[in-house]
Amino acid sequence: MTLLYSLSGLSYHIQSWLTRLLGNTMAVLVSEMVIVGLCLIGFLVLLSFTLGYMERRVAAFMQLRLGPNRVGPKGTLQIIADTIKLLFKEGLTPTNADKFMFNLAPYIMIITTMLVTAPLAFARNFQIWDLNIGVFYVSAVSSISVIGILMAGWSSNNKYSLLGAMRSGAQIVSYELSIGLSLISIVILTGSLRISDIVMSQQNGWWIFKGHLPALIAFVIFIVASTAEINRAPFDLAEAEQELTAGFHTEYAGMKFAMFLLSEYVNLFIVSALAATLFLGGWMPFHIGSWSGFNHVMDFIPSSLWFMGKTFFVIFIIMWFRWTFPRLRVDQLLNLEWKYLLPISMLNVLLMTLVALLGWHG
Amino acid sequence: MLIEEDYITEEGDFVVNIGPQHPATHGVLHLKVWLDGETIKHIEPHIGYIHRSIEKMSESLSYRQFIYVTSRMDYLSAHINNQACALTVEKAMQIEVPQRAKVIRVLMAELNRLTSHMLWWGCTGLDLGAVSPFFFAFREREIINELMEDTCGARLTMNYMVPGGVMADLHPDFQRKVKEVIAQFKVNIHEYDQLLSDNVIFQERVKGVGYLSKEDAISFGCSGPTARGSGISCDIRKLYPYDGYENLKFDEIIEQGGDCWARYKVRIAEMHQSMSIIDQLIDNIPEGDFQAKTKAVLKLPKGEFYQRVETARGELGVFIVSEGGTTPYRIKYRSPNFSNLSALPTMAKGCKIGDLVAIMSTIDLVIPDVDR
Amino acid sequence: MSREELKQRLSEICPSVTFDETGEFLMAFFTPDVFLTQMKELRCATDLNFDYLFCMTAIDWKDNFTAVYHLSSTPFRHALVVKVKLTDKENPVLDSVAGIWKGANFLEREVYDLMGIRFNGHPDLRRLILEDDWIGHPLRKDYADENMIEL
Repeated sequence: MTLLYSLSGLSYHIQSWLTRLLGNTMAVLVSEMVIVGLCLIGFLVLLSFTLGYMERRVAAFMQLRLGPNRVGPKGTLQIIADTIKLLFKEGLTPTNADKFMFNLAPYIMIITTMLVTAPLAFARNFQIWDLNIGVFYVSAVSSISVIGILMAGWSSNNKYSLLGAMRSGAQIVSYELSIGLSLISIVILTGSLRISDIVMSQQNGWWIFKGHLPALIAFVIFIVASTAEINRAPFDLAEAEQELTAGFHTEYAGMKFAMFLLSEYVNLFIVSALAATLFLGGWMPFHIGSWSGFNHVMDFIPSSLWFMGKTFFVIFIIMWFRWTFPRLRVDQLLNLEWKYLLPISMLNVLLMTLVALLGWHG
Repeated sequence: MLIEEDYITEEGDFVVNIGPQHPATHGVLHLKVWLDGETIKHIEPHIGYIHRSIEKMSESLSYRQFIYVTSRMDYLSAHINNQACALTVEKAMQIEVPQRAKVIRVLMAELNRLTSHMLWWGCTGLDLGAVSPFFFAFREREIINELMEDTCGARLTMNYMVPGGVMADLHPDFQRKVKEVIAQFKVNIHEYDQLLSDNVIFQERVKGVGYLSKEDAISFGCSGPTARGSGISCDIRKLYPYDGYENLKFDEIIEQGGDCWARYKVRIAEMHQSMSIIDQLIDNIPEGDFQAKTKAVLKLPKGEFYQRVETARGELGVFIVSEGGTTPYRIKYRSPNFSNLSALPTMAKGCKIGDLVAIMSTIDLVIPDVDR
Repeated sequence: MSREELKQRLSEICPSVTFDETGEFLMAFFTPDVFLTQMKELRCATDLNFDYLFCMTAIDWKDNFTAVYHLSSTPFRHALVVKVKLTDKENPVLDSVAGIWKGANFLEREVYDLMGIRFNGHPDLRRLILEDDWIGHPLRKDYADENMIEL
């Protein structure tokens, strides 16, 4: 029963079994490098399948359509079929492209996104690497992906790609600031950058409720800015289909294209997971003050379900954006960040400091 | 492959070829765009990728046959193209069209205008990055297309209007189905406003973008919603009525803005007007013949004949020069898109690439009509 | 302006003008030599104000090319068809009106492309529809190439 309810038990059992079998050093090497790596890759692939399927169904739901419903039960295998199609496609490299950089770019994208998953707390005590600067690490590493995009755009030797990459560069660098500031406003409340500390601090209430108005503002800004950060509509200027055909990945085909797609979906998951962790309590169940009966029932729901539920809720919101809003123009996009979001989030950090100083966040 | 000098001109401009295969050009239009960063300095349209020499072809087709080719010009308002040709032949031969045929023609033309504007609305959303409007626009469009299929036997290139009237009588279910779809659309058109018109991002994208002054619009020979968005009164249905438009109550929609937003509002309001015209006619279709008695082989008298109609995109003119034979000596189609396209470089100058897409979608280009 | 007034007014501008009233519009035949100044007069004269060039084409007759300009006036709503006969069948040349009506730019390029009339003073006289290296002008009656099929 413990196994069912807490993944930490499972990971602990595997860990101790390996230590007994191989000794301490080897156990760390094998478990951390191989097993975790393989599990992570498997998980991310599965996740992008799920998100791909979910995106289509959500889009269909918004657009009076049915969505995929032929391949497999309820069309669930459609995404597998698409992956197989992409696998068998020729991985074309244009003649005039800078071949080394062209082929390197998708790997940079995918490596960055995989690195960022390390400090995420998927369930109670279930984390790959609970480092003390978790939030900072996420925000620092995720900005490497802009290098991948710029690399892809430049090396493709295509004008659309170059324009897309330049747009993306400007966009990601700008929106990084708002994301950073809204993360900081939560860090002010917790006093720690460690993800597990942040989750634990929400034991008696999630920050979005406990943090009063500034937390709500920070949450909204975080959602908007992270939608821009991961290049999703209405901020998908880097790959604006109607303007730049496909933007920075115009020239990519087959598996290299699939990697961009994969990293887009994993990025979507990461920002949603981060929003869920910081504002919605991560794997922490929903508790209401002194209703112990209710709280006990909530505790009965596994922590991993709590985490995934919150994450997918945020993912749904971001997908909802995509199928509702038209795209912004490039100057409007930068105006939004520099003239509105950044000043507001700066002010918001001040407000949050006030809340923390007065101790209202209990 | 692009040659080296194609990349950056001597003045340091970045030259991008948008099209002939591009998602935003709605067909095979090729725009050579000189950019300074994201700002457009100069545009040069290259057309002709879908030129089928319809004018030359029509010179060897009889007056019954040449109508069918015109469905392929502006395929989104095929009925209205056919109507223009039929009207020209009727005017030249002085054929009196039965009242029933006239009413059927107007009904079909207005339904066609509705479908065309619906598709335009969907595509405008799509071009500006909102995919969902496209599917919303197709709800009623599908029903109307099916309704066309009932009566005309085709969904897009109907070839329903012939000299002297229409080709076949209405389907028995026609009136009921039209009433149903119009009633449904009157409810659903509010979703159009909710989805796009009232959206802040959309308004930001189209307001003040692609300005075309009244003088320029006249000088370029613009027509249709493109010109009416710049404050020119040019609705052929009002100015030079044909097929009984003079007896109908409808407004000519004129906006003074001259930007994409004005053109957008004109088209949305025109949909309401089209519905009002259909409302007026659908219960009052007179009994009688649907086609006048005409000779099997039509011969136009010697002379020149010009007839203009208002398609969904503007003024379509059919200019027939006849030598008195069974085929035209020369045919010229004055296509609305051709003139509207020629104003595109003026409108888009100084805009961003994203604006170019917005401008192209609000002037609603149909490339086969430009190239003919 | 009524048809008679229009005829009167046109005769003042161009004494050599001839009229043809068989069609729907009043047709005026101009001569190519002072064509440009007369067209300017049509556009600029405050009582004529033909500001809308809504159709422009050319017809290949047996002995001449006829350029046809359909003009109308948006404030006054009167219309006029101006025709110019170009008797030189080998090398027809006419003054460009692209400086008077901006839309004429494209229309003249189309006529040049398909009918082969050269327009003097056109800012950018290139083929518009056909390829740049196309030989011949397809709308001419004597045009032939190996791909044409007799119907």
